[in-house]
Amino acid sequence: MTLLKEHDLGTPGRPGPATVELEIDGLAVTVPEGTSVMRAAALAGVDVPRLCATDSLASFGSCRLCLVEIAGRRGTPASCTTPVETGMKVSTQTPRLERLRRNVMELYISDHPLDCLTCAANGDCELQDMSGAVGLRDVRYGYAGANHLDAEADESNPYFTFDGSKCIVCSRCVRACEETQGTFALTIQGRGFGSKVVPGPSNFLGSECVSCGACVQACPTATLEEKSVIDLGVPRRTVLTTCAYCGVGCSFKAELRGDEVVRMVPYKQGGANEGHSCVKGRFAWGYATHKERVLTPMVRDAIEDPWRVVSWEEAISHTADRLKSIQDRHGVNAIGGITSSRCTNEEVFVVQKMVRAAFGNNNVDTCARVCHSPTGFGLKQTFGTSAGTQDFKSVDSCDVIVVIGANPTQAHPVFASRMKRRLREGARLIVIDPRRTEIVRSPHVEADFHLQLSPGTNVAVINAMAHVIVTEDLVDHDFVAERCDPAEFAIWTSFISSPEYGPEATEEITGVPAAELRAAARLYATGGNAAIYYGLGVTEHSQGSTMVMGMANLAMATGNIGRDGVGVNPLRGQNNVQGSCDMGSFPHELPGYRHVSDDTVRHQFEEAWGRDLDAEPGLRIPNMFDGAIEGTFKALYVQGEDIAQSDPNTHHVQAALGALELCIVQDLFLNETAKFAHVFFPGTSFLEKDGTFTNAERRINRVRPVMAPRTGKQEWQVVCDLATALGYPMHYEGSSEIMDEIAAMTPTFAGVSFAKLDEVGSIQWPCNDAAPLGTPIMHIGKFVRGKGRFVETPFVPTEERTNRRYPLILTTGRILSQYNVGAQTRRTENVTWHPEDLLEIHPYDAEERGVVDGGWVALASRAGETELRAHITDTVPQGVVYTTFHHPVTGANVVTTEHSDWATNCPEYKVTAVQVRARMHATPAAQSPGLRPDRASSDVPALR
Amino acid sequence: MARPDLVRMANQIAANFRHHPEAQAAAEVADHIRMFWPALMRRELLDDIATGGFDPLVVSAADLLREAAPA
Repeated sequence: MTLLKEHDLGTPGRPGPATVELEIDGLAVTVPEGTSVMRAAALAGVDVPRLCATDSLASFGSCRLCLVEIAGRRGTPASCTTPVETGMKVSTQTPRLERLRRNVMELYISDHPLDCLTCAANGDCELQDMSGAVGLRDVRYGYAGANHLDAEADESNPYFTFDGSKCIVCSRCVRACEETQGTFALTIQGRGFGSKVVPGPSNFLGSECVSCGACVQACPTATLEEKSVIDLGVPRRTVLTTCAYCGVGCSFKAELRGDEVVRMVPYKQGGANEGHSCVKGRFAWGYATHKERVLTPMVRDAIEDPWRVVSWEEAISHTADRLKSIQDRHGVNAIGGITSSRCTNEEVFVVQKMVRAAFGNNNVDTCARVCHSPTGFGLKQTFGTSAGTQDFKSVDSCDVIVVIGANPTQAHPVFASRMKRRLREGARLIVIDPRRTEIVRSPHVEADFHLQLSPGTNVAVINAMAHVIVTEDLVDHDFVAERCDPAEFAIWTSFISSPEYGPEATEEITGVPAAELRAAARLYATGGNAAIYYGLGVTEHSQGSTMVMGMANLAMATGNIGRDGVGVNPLRGQNNVQGSCDMGSFPHELPGYRHVSDDTVRHQFEEAWGRDLDAEPGLRIPNMFDGAIEGTFKALYVQGEDIAQSDPNTHHVQAALGALELCIVQDLFLNETAKFAHVFFPGTSFLEKDGTFTNAERRINRVRPVMAPRTGKQEWQVVCDLATALGYPMHYEGSSEIMDEIAAMTPTFAGVSFAKLDEVGSIQWPCNDAAPLGTPIMHIGKFVRGKGRFVETPFVPTEERTNRRYPLILTTGRILSQYNVGAQTRRTENVTWHPEDLLEIHPYDAEERGVVDGGWVALASRAGETELRAHITDTVPQGVVYTTFHHPVTGANVVTTEHSDWATNCPEYKVTAVQVRARMHATPAAQSPGLRPDRASSDVPALR
Repeated sequence: MARPDLVRMANQIAANFRHHPEAQAAAEVADHIRMFWPALMRRELLDDIATGGFDPLVVSAADLLREAAPA
């Protein structure tokens, strides 16, 4: 499409049942009560000139351009701050208003550079537009007087500039930082003519700015401008697509010149993000054209050999021949595949289909194994479906927000902004986390309770909360009686009432004071709409699945499920974790979470696919690794994942990969896993993909290509070619046909098609005849499984224990500017903020070991040892250290162990017993080429 | 798979069902293993079960798995 300019209605909407009728320029208008005159006029097709107003921000009334006349009223009120009233007669164009507006504009322009023709925003500037709208033809004041034309530009941010000479001090950037992002990094310094926008006492890069881009988007002039626009010019066309980073799944306008991306602008109609973005989605897309991308297939006989570039035909036939040879020699189960949460639903679907139908086994697993597999297990056991219960918008109706083992401001920043807005409006907050994450205390947000538990004791804490709710009779008995299985509830009540689960009994284990825990439990049960949001701090434990069920128990017991503002909500790490699980990526489940042993379901697939399917669960990723080391598993197809960096116990993973006879990697870059590969299929970036992603709220969004695949093939075409070469013909005319097959075979996707997505924008599954437009909130009136099932959740401590040799507990996580193993974000300017992984260590633990801030340390567990630099901080409690896993040179997973969730084998990344020793300097292996040892890591603050 | 891992994983499942009466717990352990473990691992479990180190619940579950396995 041509460049999509969304109609800005000037001020936010005021949804509500009551309406007001009025007249604007003779046009009859009916709008919700509380709507501004400006918005009402815009809805009637009359755009009142304005500069400080935009519909993503509360009206401000400072620019004096949007003046109107109202019959029977004196003066010329600002239309942005004047609410509509019944019978009001508004005039937006009169000789007096025209004169006033011209005078106002004349003053603005008298202190603005007249370089429109060479300005980067030429053609995309509201100041320019308004000058035209008010008919400004002359500026009487000249530049001889005081002005701001020599104001210095701030070029410090790698993605955008701030040119103070072009600023009209409308405060839109300051308000966007406050209202949209919730960071409060910008302010207006000075008074009157001396007023100016400043990012605190430093420049943008050194400030608290998180580079979300909200200020740039809000700026009506070229003051805040993307550097890509300055370099390339204003965009000419738009493709609507979906971000490929975290599980929020933001909708973006990819704005282009030809097929070159000029900028990514968050789409206001996007259901997940509603016009907001973070530093990754907004700016960190340059990896798609990074020079290190591999665009041609390559093969080699042994991993010591150099790569040989080959044609697609040779690569496919070579790979198929080797796979067939391995199966001939070692049996049908000797090969398997891993799907990726960074790939589209359609790409994932064809991989699992290839494994089941062409490989002839169920040896397919997915990277969700190592993140949210306990979510699928736990929520299916209790509610009946493996997915979160709410849409993101639901948080707007929360009274109590519980954040457990999640760090949304870092890992799900756009949702975090929405959450923080609700908290600023007065919602109460309970944080359960060993670390003092940003959400515990940030500008205008402070947790009522921070239950700073010892790592590994989640289940003891959730049980103690449930114990309080049951023994203090805070249970919603009506809800339980109507919606839940009474026998299971009775058993659970008896179980959880045992004194051993009381907060006084668990205090010693968890480290959470009993009184504090009791108060938090009471707040959750009685504070109104209470919702749980959780992350990998819940799932990546030896009892990850138990904890998910424990949270579900809590929600059911208090009736906090099945309506707006409540629920149990996993914050998914990668963009398509939900979708890749939905598509049948687990070895025991066909698409739609149906067990392979279900004869009825399996026969449906057998009939559709024309092959007998295995009724036995296949190998999970750890089983594949073990099988490789033992010599029973010989070939692995890895779609878009870097398991050598992301999976735990790197030495074990490397041993497994090194033992494979054939390792096939499909990726953008020669990643760590590709070092063990014999075949490399070049993958496509999200800018080339054509398909869908499903985000953490079950929202299916279109991913539309802005350019043809740079590799010559869509990834699903490669998979189809390989399956065909293996003797199982797979052919689709396009990815929409794959979705049609998904819809035909998967009841929860029955009503989904590309045509429908194009028509309605996005759909949250289940989408079927009963819910043709999808299901934003699940379990309304009835659980998917019928009656909600309470499950007893005994606390079983992890076997990973500290001792004298390894006295500290390591927990790992993510940081805002980087994503997962960093393959994408490390190839962007985001390395400005996080050039290396750091070990966060408490001052006491640091002093005891002679560790200095910025100094090198050795981090050792019984699995391995690595080196990185230390950051001394009390955000981690004494006895706990923390690091990220974004850089392969650090290899954080060298030290993580084989311990895993009892039900799903999701690795226990969050509890590893370690020791930290100070080092005088790094060994050469630990020195990243990109690091500058002479630069302290604190030169640029990490984005927080 | 390596025997210590097999023992650890099986015993871990048992630990999470131990709060139930023995017969029920053994059935739940067996059912979990049947639903989620690949056939190869189940075979390894049955082959190794007599060599010791397994939780008694796992031993009982193995009996149930053996009974249910096709001859």
